[in-house]
Amino acid sequence: MIGEGVAVRIIPCLDVRGGRVVKGVKFRDHVDMGDILERAAAYRDQGADELVFYDITASPEGRSVDVAWVERVAEAIDIPFTVAGGIRDVARARAVLHAGADKISVNSPALARPDLVAELADAFGSQCVVIGIDSIRENGRYRLRANTGDPDNMTDPDLDTRAWVERVQALGAGEIVLNCMDADGVRSGYDIDQLADVRGICDVPLIASGGAGTPEHFLDVFRRADVDGALAATVFHSGQIEIPDLKRWLGEQGVRTRTGSVAS
Amino acid sequence: MTLAVIDSGGANLGSVVQALHRIGAEATLTSDAATIRRASKVILPGVGAAAWAMNALREAGLVDVIRSLEQPVLGICLGLQLLFEGSDEGNADGLGLIPGRVRRLVGGPGLRLPHMGWNQLAWQRDDPLAAGIDPDAWYYFVHSYCAPADSPACVARGHHGDDFAAVVRHRNFAACQFHPEKSAGPGHRLLMNFLES
Repeated sequence: MIGEGVAVRIIPCLDVRGGRVVKGVKFRDHVDMGDILERAAAYRDQGADELVFYDITASPEGRSVDVAWVERVAEAIDIPFTVAGGIRDVARARAVLHAGADKISVNSPALARPDLVAELADAFGSQCVVIGIDSIRENGRYRLRANTGDPDNMTDPDLDTRAWVERVQALGAGEIVLNCMDADGVRSGYDIDQLADVRGICDVPLIASGGAGTPEHFLDVFRRADVDGALAATVFHSGQIEIPDLKRWLGEQGVRTRTGSVAS
Repeated sequence: MTLAVIDSGGANLGSVVQALHRIGAEATLTSDAATIRRASKVILPGVGAAAWAMNALREAGLVDVIRSLEQPVLGICLGLQLLFEGSDEGNADGLGLIPGRVRRLVGGPGLRLPHMGWNQLAWQRDDPLAAGIDPDAWYYFVHSYCAPADSPACVARGHHGDDFAAVVRHRNFAACQFHPEKSAGPGHRLLMNFLES
């Protein structure tokens, strides 16, 4: 196996509200899913390659993530993790990175002020800067949406997804998470067409988000859209897909996954 | 034992200190020359650009301090690259402890930059850092520049488009391109090995 390069990444996404892990039903009525540290440690032990913590209330309400829970996660977890939500300036990003996050993910604030991407890349290096993108199919084109965390305040930035992907790379983005809204929450598979389309113009790591329902969906997105990682929430939180089984099966199908002991 | 983690002003040096806490080691994050010289072991972490980091070390008066250290030193990520003579990244000088120059990783179709994610190593020879670790173990990498795989100091190679030095050892200086503090069990064990060596 050595010499074949980097493994694909399996990335559970944990929505955080008020320092707890929650799961929304149709973007509303969030159900408590438990303590952040317990969930994070369980995923680490199952062989998750990375974690994303998304403060779902942060951006629409105009506030930022509370750094205390970031510190608690960093003290407990020895795999990389990204924090998203409410990071709108270099000072806030610095606080989150100093608290121990490996990367910060920016979505709506970058749309509001694209120079933020360059400022973050200059201050911390591109490797710390993830750009989250919510994209929807509209009249045969892929178009952006902003502030998707709050359905009442969702906005239309009037931009093509492809143009934005090219722009943020030029500004210094080190990774792109593409959340395909048509597929999100439906569990009928990742939006392969859209992800493959964006892959063609994306030279930095690309992470698929939205639509995972079965192990075959993961295989499909790695094979057909050539993404570097696949993010999912519901199928992991519900226990419908166990990460060790998923990675072993993907490996048997010829996808290079990180397996073996994660224990210390 | 006293353990100094050199504060080169990078973004998330806290991760290294937190990883050491998990092992049970008390580490001081410091840019104080006397504290670093006195420490029984020293860690040189770093994320960010080589020129920027060298500038920070220069301004703190630490370049000659690090060069003259005789206790075990572990470089991490950029800390590995800084041990070499120089880097193509911003045409930066290095600490010059190991001959050779740091270059940009090979990109191209299917080869994303930065090299970000989990990868395996090809060990070239035994090293105390590898004691008790499965040679096929995975480690977490994030970098766009790399040190030459053909360096005599290279003890383990990594691969992303081309081979590069993933672990080096020269005199009392050892270093890894990956992040042991983010590499789950194998990284934990590697840090233990450094502390126990």
